[in-house]
Amino acid sequence: MDATDSTLISERLIVNIGPSHPITHGTLRIQVELDGETITNAGCEIGYLHRGYEKQCEHVFYQYVVPFAERLNYMGPCHNSNAWCYAVEELLEIEAPPRADALRVITSELSRIIDHAVCIGTNLVDLGALTNFWYLYGYREKIYGLFEELTGARMMVNYPRIGGVSLDAPEGWLDKCRAILGDMTAVLADVKGLVQHNGIFIDRTRNVGVMDPALAVNHGWTGPCLRACGIGYDVRKTRPYWGYETYDWDVPVYDGCDTYDRIMVRFDEMEQSRRIVLQALDKLPGGPILVEDHAVAMPPKGHVYNQMEALINHFKLVMHGIQPPRAEVYSATEGGNGELGYYIVSDGGPMAWRVRVRPPCLANYTAFPQLINGSLVADMASALGSINVIAGELDR
Amino acid sequence: MDQALITAKVKEQFADRILGASEHAGQHALTLAPGDIRDVLVWLRDTEGLDFDMLMDLCGVDYKGYDERSWRFEVVYQLYSLAHNHRFRLKVAVPDDSVEVPTVWDLYRVANWMEREVYDMYGVRFSDHPNLRRLLCHEEFQGHALRKDYPINKRQHLSRPVANLLTDDPDHA
Repeated sequence: MDATDSTLISERLIVNIGPSHPITHGTLRIQVELDGETITNAGCEIGYLHRGYEKQCEHVFYQYVVPFAERLNYMGPCHNSNAWCYAVEELLEIEAPPRADALRVITSELSRIIDHAVCIGTNLVDLGALTNFWYLYGYREKIYGLFEELTGARMMVNYPRIGGVSLDAPEGWLDKCRAILGDMTAVLADVKGLVQHNGIFIDRTRNVGVMDPALAVNHGWTGPCLRACGIGYDVRKTRPYWGYETYDWDVPVYDGCDTYDRIMVRFDEMEQSRRIVLQALDKLPGGPILVEDHAVAMPPKGHVYNQMEALINHFKLVMHGIQPPRAEVYSATEGGNGELGYYIVSDGGPMAWRVRVRPPCLANYTAFPQLINGSLVADMASALGSINVIAGELDR
Repeated sequence: MDQALITAKVKEQFADRILGASEHAGQHALTLAPGDIRDVLVWLRDTEGLDFDMLMDLCGVDYKGYDERSWRFEVVYQLYSLAHNHRFRLKVAVPDDSVEVPTVWDLYRVANWMEREVYDMYGVRFSDHPNLRRLLCHEEFQGHALRKDYPINKRQHLSRPVANLLTDDPDHA
């Protein structure tokens, strides 16, 4: 056929991608206008996984939000529930005991490792590299084993409590944790070795989905995505909590601003999380795992069955809940995707007047229509994976 | 910079335009009228030593039945400065849903979607917003789900997909 044949179709094509499409790994809908394979305009629709999380939080006691919270970013559940308990503690102006803080650091960093493992693994699947996915998911399974042994559940662990954590590490768990973290280096070396200098991978990700750093700040980007734009913002460093300032670790920063660096940042962060957990295991302080504050923490179950006061205390907390002062607080922690904020307005009662979650991937995703404008459809897939949108926290 | 000091600076600059102030756990907040929010945000962003270059969060709150305040809604702006590592909170008092709040999306692009969420959940409108559609709920949805008078167990049947997500200017999406 003659290339100049005027019967060639040249109009722009509107294509819907999602809400149920393999590259969205969830429920996102993206509408693109295409000129050939090039995106010339894009729009996103979110909310397919909206289940009224914030409304629910206004209708249950503070302590019952813990399991809900883990269903926000379900790829690293403990981040969210630890952060929720910390936010309520800030509202109450109390502090969890040092041992509880260290256990939160351990569970949060393990959550970060599995969060990044899923992000990298699925992102690479979208690029056709399935092997890495098995390596990373195999390792993730070991960490789930650790969670199961510590908490009794694999994903939705319901582990922390307002004022501390629910369970102490069982006998031998610390050593098992050390051993499993010891395996991580080899897994990361395998996966990174397969992609880091791989020509296909580099062609598909280098200078793809490039984000201007100033625009990233303007769009409220945080977490690994911002750190791949050359800005080393990490809440664990800028507003240390749970004693993060006492651990020796670095914030990995890359300045390529592209999909490649967003993946590489996550590799390095997994390594840093490993460093943090190993230190936390080594210097795990003794003492209680829950504050001894009758207005906040449940008494030990053994006391409830045997002591009248403990029984009354238990009933008071179940019937009347925790009653923070009539005030408001914004609490920020570093989730898997960046700054996870809880804004709580209290009316003095046992249920929050308003709970607002600042999900990191919502801010990151606001830039997506502009990020993919002008790129190829195939590059959109890799850019989407590197932003790591988790519909659970995006839509709440 | 300490948030108490930031409060003092803002009060010094905009003394007669501040409707209220609050403090808890070292966190300060100032309340403004809708017409003043842009002036104060621009000032906080551009004043040397403050440099609030990030809008971390923007959300709404419904205070119906909370206390005796004369406005129903508040739109809350959580600000952060990368250079100075300090935070501050501004709030805009919105008497009811007939009063529009000026959009700030041109100052902070993240506000585009976040203002859409406030509109979706509370029905508060933002003037000059480029694409004020619902964000999380469906376009057929009746009412505003996070209002205090919206029943938590209410169900709605929603069927129709949104046909067009594209905007004339790609930056408005």
